[in-house]
Amino acid sequence: MSTTRPPADHPGELPGQAPPAGQAPPVRVRVTAPATARSRRTTVVSEIDAQTEVGAVYMRSLMRSQLRLALGITTLLVLTIGLLPVLLATIPWLRRVEVWGVPVVWILLGAGCYPVLIALAVAYVRRAERNERNFHDLVGPR
Amino acid sequence: MSAGAALAVTAVCLVAMLTLAVGAFGLRFSRTTSDFYVASRTVRPATNAAAISGEYLSAASFLGVAGLVATRGPDMLWYPVGYTAGYLLLLLFVAAPLRRSRAYTLPDFAEFRLESQAARGVASGLVVLICVLYLLPQFRGAGLTLRTLTGAPDWLGSGMVAVLVLLGVAAGGMRSITLVQAVQYWIKLACLLMPLAFLLVHLHGGAAGAHARLARSDWLEPMQGPYSLYLTYSLMLATFLGTMGLPHVAVRFYTNRDGHAARRTTVSVLMLLSLFYLLPPVYGALGHRHLPGLSASDSTDTTDLVVLDLPHRLLGGMTADLLTAVLGAGAFAAFLSTSSGLVLSIAGVLGQDILGRRFPPVTAFRLAAVAAALGTLVLTLLTTGLAVAHAVELAFAVAASTFCPLLLLGIWWRGLTAVGAVCGMVVGGGLSTAAVLAVMAGADGDGLAGAVLAQPAMVTVPLAFVAMVGVSLATRGHRPPRLARTMVRLHAPEAVQVDRSGFRARGALDQT
Repeated sequence: MSTTRPPADHPGELPGQAPPAGQAPPVRVRVTAPATARSRRTTVVSEIDAQTEVGAVYMRSLMRSQLRLALGITTLLVLTIGLLPVLLATIPWLRRVEVWGVPVVWILLGAGCYPVLIALAVAYVRRAERNERNFHDLVGPR
Repeated sequence: MSAGAALAVTAVCLVAMLTLAVGAFGLRFSRTTSDFYVASRTVRPATNAAAISGEYLSAASFLGVAGLVATRGPDMLWYPVGYTAGYLLLLLFVAAPLRRSRAYTLPDFAEFRLESQAARGVASGLVVLICVLYLLPQFRGAGLTLRTLTGAPDWLGSGMVAVLVLLGVAAGGMRSITLVQAVQYWIKLACLLMPLAFLLVHLHGGAAGAHARLARSDWLEPMQGPYSLYLTYSLMLATFLGTMGLPHVAVRFYTNRDGHAARRTTVSVLMLLSLFYLLPPVYGALGHRHLPGLSASDSTDTTDLVVLDLPHRLLGGMTADLLTAVLGAGAFAAFLSTSSGLVLSIAGVLGQDILGRRFPPVTAFRLAAVAAALGTLVLTLLTTGLAVAHAVELAFAVAASTFCPLLLLGIWWRGLTAVGAVCGMVVGGGLSTAAVLAVMAGADGDGLAGAVLAQPAMVTVPLAFVAMVGVSLATRGHRPPRLARTMVRLHAPEAVQVDRSGFRARGALDQT
C-alpha cells in the first residue's frame, strides 16, 4: 500500500536511501507495513514490561477500576446483609413478624441472603471482565 | 440397634470405598509435582466448583449448624450465611489475582509478593496452625459419629478417617482428590436432602401446626443474649473475611486454568453452597421441635448429633435405621473431603518448606501428608474439643486475622512491605490464637471479655490491619524490588501478553 510513502513515524527516512540499488523495493515494503502495526500495538505492553511511567499509569488505571468495582459491590453487601443485625437489634417487632406462619427472620437468614450473594457475584464478574476487556482493547491484542 | 448399626457400617463403608475408587481412578493421571500440588491447573470450573464446595462443607456444616440452630435459635443462621458470603469477598478481591500469581500455596504467595523468606516462614507456620485447628473437629466428629451409629469407640472413627485421607492424599495428591471431592459434594447434598424429604413427608403438612406451637417460644427470635450484636458482627467478620484466608480454600484457586476460570468457579461455588445451606436450618428447626430437652448449655456432643438423632425420634423402625445410615454416610463424606483438603494443604507446606530440601518433591509431599494426618490424629485423641461448628469458626477467626489482611493489602496496596506483613500476621495470629487457647483451656469469662474471647475477630482483624499498614508505612523504604512486575502479574488479564517471568513456586517442574 505504501510503496512510495515512508512510514509515518520515520518521516526522515526515504525508502531508497539505505539499501543498494539492486534490492527490490516490494520486499522492503511488505516488511515495514506489518511491522508498523505491530510496533504500535506492542507499545503499551512493552511500556508495562519496561516499567516506564506510561506503563505504570495503564496498570494503575486497571487496578483502580477493579478495586472501585469490588468496593462498590462490598458496599452493596454491607447495605443489605450487613445492616440486618442492626435492624433486628433496633426494631423489635421485626424479630417477631411472620409471613405464612414462618418468622421473617428465618426466611431472610435461612434462604433470603443467598440470592443476594449470587446476584452480587454475577454482577461483579460481568463488570470485572468488562474492565479487563477494555484494558485489553486499550493495550491492544498482543 | 444391631440392624441399624449394620446398615450404618455398610453406608459408611460404601462412602469410604467410593472415595478410594475415585481416588484410584484419578491416580492414573498423577505423575508430576504440579499434578500433586495443583492438579496441573487443568480442572474445569464446574468440577472445580463442586470440589471446592465438597471440600468446604465440613462436619461443621453437615452436623454442627443444625445442632447450633436447634439449641440457640436463629442467630446461628449467620454461620451458613457467613460461610457462603466469604466466597463473595474472595471473588471480589482475591480470586483472579491469586490465580494469576501462579503460586501453589499461601506461603508461595507471601514469598512472591513480599520477596522475603521470613514472611514465607510465618505464613507456613500459620497454614499449619489453621489447618490443624480445622482438622481437629473433623477427626473428633468422625469418632463421635461412628460411636453414635455403631457404638464403636471414638478412636476408631477418627483413625478410620485419618487413614482413608492419608491413602487418598499420599497416593494421588491434588489431581485425584479434586475428583473425589467433587463427587463428595453431591453425596453430601443427597444424603442431607433425602432423609429431610422423608421426614417432612412423614410430618405431612403438620408444619403449620408446628410453627404455631413454635411461635410461642423465645427460641424463635434472634438477638437475645447480652452481647448478641457484638457476637453477630464478630461472627460475620470472621466468616466473611476468613474464607479467603483458609489455606485449603486458597490452594484450590491455583487449580483453575486462568483468572477468568477462577472467577467463574467462585460464582458456581456460591450457588452450590447456597443450595446446600438451605437444608441444615430445617434440620435445626425440626431438632428443636422434636428433640425436647435440648438447651444452649448442653454439651457439644449432644448438639452435634441433632441431625443423626432425628430419624429415630420421628419415625422409628427400619426406615429410621436406613435414614440414619444415609445421614451417617453423608457425615463421613463431609469428614473425608474436608480432612483431605486440610491434610493436602499441610502436606503442601511441609513438603515444600521442610522436607523438600532432603527429598524429591513427590516423596516429600507424601511424607508430609503422613506426618500431617497422623500428627493431628494424635492431637485429636489427646484433646477434648469444643462444639464442631465453634472450633471451625475459631479457625476462621485466625485466618481472618492473618491471611485476609496479607491477601487484601498484598494484592491491592503497593505499600505493603515484608516487615509490615510479618508484624500484622504475628499480631493478628497471636491475639486470635490466644483467644482460641483460652477458650480451649476453659476460660469462659463473663461480660464483654467472655464475648471477645468467644468471637475474637471483631478485635483481632482490625488490629492486624492496623499493624500491617502502620509498620509498612514506617518501613516504606523497604518495598520489594520487583514490586511493579509483581503487580502487573497479579492484575493483568491473561489475554494481555506481558512479561510474567520471575517467581516460580518451589518444586514446580512445569509452568502453565
